[in-house]
Amino acid sequence: MSETTFVQLLDLAAGLVLVISFASLWLRRLVTVTRMIAIQGVALAAVAAVIGFYEHESELVAVAVLVCVLRAYVLPALIRRAVLAGSEHREVESIINVPASLLAASALTLVAYAATRDVVALSSAPQVRAIPLGVSVVLIGMLMIVTRRKAVLQMMGVLMIDNGIALVMFLGTSGVPLVIELGVASDVLLAVFILQVLTNRIRNKFGDTDLDQLRALRD
Amino acid sequence: MSTLIVVLPFIPAAVAALIAAFGWNLTTAWCAPAACWSVGGVGMVLAVRVLDEGPVNAFGGQLRVDALSALMIIFIGVVGSVSAVYGVAYIRTELGNGATTSRRAKLYGVLMQLTIAAMLVVVVADNLGVLWVAIETTTIATVLLVGHRRDRTSVEASWKYLVLGSVGVATALLGTVLVYFVARHSGIDASSALRWSSLVDKAHGLDPGAFRVAIGFVVVGYGTKAGLAPVHSWIPDAYSQAPAPAAALMAGVLSAMSMYALLRLKVLADITLGPGFVRTLLIVAALLSLLAAASLMATQRDYKRLLAYSSVEHMGLVALAAAIGSPLAISAALLHLIGHGLAKSVAFCSSGELLFVTGTTRIDGVRGLLHRRPFIGAMFGLSWLALLAVPPFSIFASELAIVRSGIADRLVWAIAIAVVLLLVIFGSVVVHGLDMLTGGGHSADDSSLIAHAGSVTAGLALVGGLVIAAAVGVTIWPFSRLLHTAAEVLAR
Repeated sequence: MSETTFVQLLDLAAGLVLVISFASLWLRRLVTVTRMIAIQGVALAAVAAVIGFYEHESELVAVAVLVCVLRAYVLPALIRRAVLAGSEHREVESIINVPASLLAASALTLVAYAATRDVVALSSAPQVRAIPLGVSVVLIGMLMIVTRRKAVLQMMGVLMIDNGIALVMFLGTSGVPLVIELGVASDVLLAVFILQVLTNRIRNKFGDTDLDQLRALRD
Repeated sequence: MSTLIVVLPFIPAAVAALIAAFGWNLTTAWCAPAACWSVGGVGMVLAVRVLDEGPVNAFGGQLRVDALSALMIIFIGVVGSVSAVYGVAYIRTELGNGATTSRRAKLYGVLMQLTIAAMLVVVVADNLGVLWVAIETTTIATVLLVGHRRDRTSVEASWKYLVLGSVGVATALLGTVLVYFVARHSGIDASSALRWSSLVDKAHGLDPGAFRVAIGFVVVGYGTKAGLAPVHSWIPDAYSQAPAPAAALMAGVLSAMSMYALLRLKVLADITLGPGFVRTLLIVAALLSLLAAASLMATQRDYKRLLAYSSVEHMGLVALAAAIGSPLAISAALLHLIGHGLAKSVAFCSSGELLFVTGTTRIDGVRGLLHRRPFIGAMFGLSWLALLAVPPFSIFASELAIVRSGIADRLVWAIAIAVVLLLVIFGSVVVHGLDMLTGGGHSADDSSLIAHAGSVTAGLALVGGLVIAAAVGVTIWPFSRLLHTAAEVLAR
């Protein structure tokens, strides 16, 4: 793989991860947003695979396969089950409208670029130049959690934050030591699993996963 | 000695396996406090060794015990045993009155032990990645503990806790990844780029601009997990909905783990960036926490939430001490964590007894407690006095030391604001407390009380916790060298 091809493929895949974050703020149907999260997982795995092939690191290619299975299939499938189980409202409900969401996300992307200026300055490698993309995805994930009322959407926000962090990991360090990555991945899996258990419990108690009803605990 | 470090987390993990295999019965229930006592014992053995011969490495350098780690191991063992002993009585009562099933009791036992095991990994980890994984594990285990009752409010609390906890801990992970990135680009090899002990040696060679970004994320992330304002809204929900002994463990011990992680990373930041950056972040968080606690405690109507906001207050004080950063202030911060852990554990455990007796967590549902239930009233009242920094309890000594070191460090304005807010908190707690303990009113007769025979076990946990809290306040003599050596690790 030549360097130009590498840079183009890398920018394409990493850019796709961010574009999908914007798309999941824009789309209205829950099932489609779930699909977006799965595609984000594929793009993330592609980033790891491209870096792995270019730097001839077979370990990273193996991680890419693992990421693909976990973040593009297993975790989205868990969320999809939660979405399909609740039949009442399949639409996204947000406390701010779509244009405002997209505007806020653009602002957060700028913030991410500004905040990581010193980090990017450390190296001229094409991977490092893309690190702000990962930080943007993390911030947009937080935006999603704050502005979305549905429990499943908050769940997707958590997943998006983790995708963003994984992107920073691959770009910045060609992967943190494998053992820790496995620990992180298993924790994420467990957290999403628990989130799903809780969503089910919420539905059993309240009939739907709308967090608007979660108002018993207040001061 | 290094085997001992590796074995340490397996003590509670083994008890968890035992409870999982045989269920929650008298024998396995008492294994839980036994595990805490063993952990405390191992901590003391390690402390003696560390004080004589310096830090001990284990597991290929991923784990490391210095004076600070040894102190925290003893802390987990001692403070954890209050909630463990009380847990035996609490679950027995819940099983007796049908509030829980034997399956849920088993789950409770397993999760409590797994939380303790993960906390032990937190304090012996040298690798910052291992530390992060351990803290995330405590979050996952305690989320299920918060949802123990499975009713409407506890599900809501565990949901909010999990979402905010995940976001906080994820932020800390992003920071940790960036620490690794900066270290690697400053010429530190992959095997030691996340190891705290080697980063301390090489921190002055790290790029300050990039490291500032990394530390910012870490401080915000672990600060959220510790319950510092502005992201403290999960604290009252989680602590008030968790079963009393679990709340005691979370408020008393678990919150100290994130403060511990913050203190460790602050050392690195202070070497690379100078003390200014983290100090500013911590002072803002500390004063906001005290402000949030003061304003929400005054109008509080639920005594468990009152206790939870008191945790926000005390974590704020520890953050203030960390911001000051002198050796005296750091010793005070560690002593404050210990004193708060003990007093808060007793307070939450006695609030569990209170709930059994009155059936309500509303402050105005409890009147004349000292007269009607002298023992529970005395325990609840004394633990509040300890939390309000009344001597002989150790919080008095640590708050005094924080004020003194702050003035010595020319942070008079911050100390002045803090003291005013502490006085407001003191006033509102005294008003609420007098109502509950001595106030007369509509239900001053015994008929409104639910028949609940307090057990010797519960009494043992409450009295034991308070006696230790008072003893630590009178003198920390056997541990003074350990405390000072631990503070030297952090203040240099």
